Amino acid sequence: MNHLLRGHAPITDAGWALLDDEARERLRSALAARKLVDFDGPKGWEHSATNLGRTTAVKETPINGLRAAQRRVLALVEVRAPFSVSRAELADGDRGADDVDLDALDEAAHRIATVENVAVFHGWPAAAIDGIAKASPPPAIALGDDHFEEYPRHVAKAQQLLLEAGVEGPYGLALGPEEYTGVVETAEHGGYPLLDHLREILGGPIVWAPGVRGAVLLSLRGGDFLFQSGQDLSIGYDHHDADTVQLYLEESFSFRVATPEAAVALRA
Amino acid sequence: MGFDQYHEPPDELSAQTRTFARMCASLTEEAEAIGWYEQRISVEADEEAVAIMHDAQGEEFKHFAMDLELLLRRTPKWREIAKGVLFQDGDIVEHGEAAEAAADSDAPACTGGAPASGSLGIGDLRGAGR
Repeated sequence: MNHLLRGHAPITDAGWALLDDEARERLRSALAARKLVDFDGPKGWEHSATNLGRTTAVKETPINGLRAAQRRVLALVEVRAPFSVSRAELADGDRGADDVDLDALDEAAHRIATVENVAVFHGWPAAAIDGIAKASPPPAIALGDDHFEEYPRHVAKAQQLLLEAGVEGPYGLALGPEEYTGVVETAEHGGYPLLDHLREILGGPIVWAPGVRGAVLLSLRGGDFLFQSGQDLSIGYDHHDADTVQLYLEESFSFRVATPEAAVALRA
Repeated sequence: MGFDQYHEPPDELSAQTRTFARMCASLTEEAEAIGWYEQRISVEADEEAVAIMHDAQGEEFKHFAMDLELLLRRTPKWREIAKGVLFQDGDIVEHGEAAEAAADSDAPACTGGAPASGSLGIGDLRGAGR
């Protein structure tokens, strides 16, 4: 048994399968960053830092005649989203119920997927993570309120900025939830779906990205945006009483931008 | 030629699955090359030629190991079973059966499987975007 302590939980094998399947389904739909940036790992819970290949000089040495430098690393951040599950509901699941109440798990999955997206696209200063949109050199392109029919023009302009910077495609687009809904619901003159038009411009995926404000266009050529996973998303056990089991979703990761000019932000 | 590693229409496969298939094909080719060098070395009388082939075979050992490591990293259940078998003393078949049973008890195959580590096995989702 590892640090997740799953073996201590009063949950059957079928119950764990139910929880894991539900979490997997919810997370896959909301983990937008992983659909667009390089993924390295998982390297395990013991993995603590990402090598940056850089050093800081150590000015004082206890013995003269030496030169010293200290390695710089990016420490991984641990993220945990607690939730509880009713033991009665789990027991019903063991009996074959197919409508087990797992709302708290769904909300926790959404929270932890959203924080991952926010860290990657907008940054998380307290965790020393610079986001893609913040690092991108050109000023963000204004999308304008609810003018979805203008999106092809804005996206084409952003793509032109990438090409001028020598950044090749294919390109992917992360859209905030409101922007995504607007795009899906919009048809251009002649009834052509806006979503399809944008896909043709990009040559890559358009991703629903909870936590993203506006949109971010980025190159998918690789090597520009680096997500490193320590422990990949897992469900662990905290404690239980007669009625509920307290569990959590957990992961550890770092993120860094290697090529800031390989993305352009579009603001709402 | 070229696309023999695919058993399903490539257009219907995700980028992730296509990469997986390519790496499986590469793993097979490295294993074949190791076997070929072993045979050539066993019949070659020229010591200089044998030394070169030993060096070349070493390259294939490395390639095979790198291919395998990548596949194991991206396939949690495979990794769990491999952990129970590789670099262990004793009966290989017994280790294999035990490792498979342990992986199955922790991650039922019918559910898509979580590894013994408790990970949900989500990993890299490139190719899964719309």
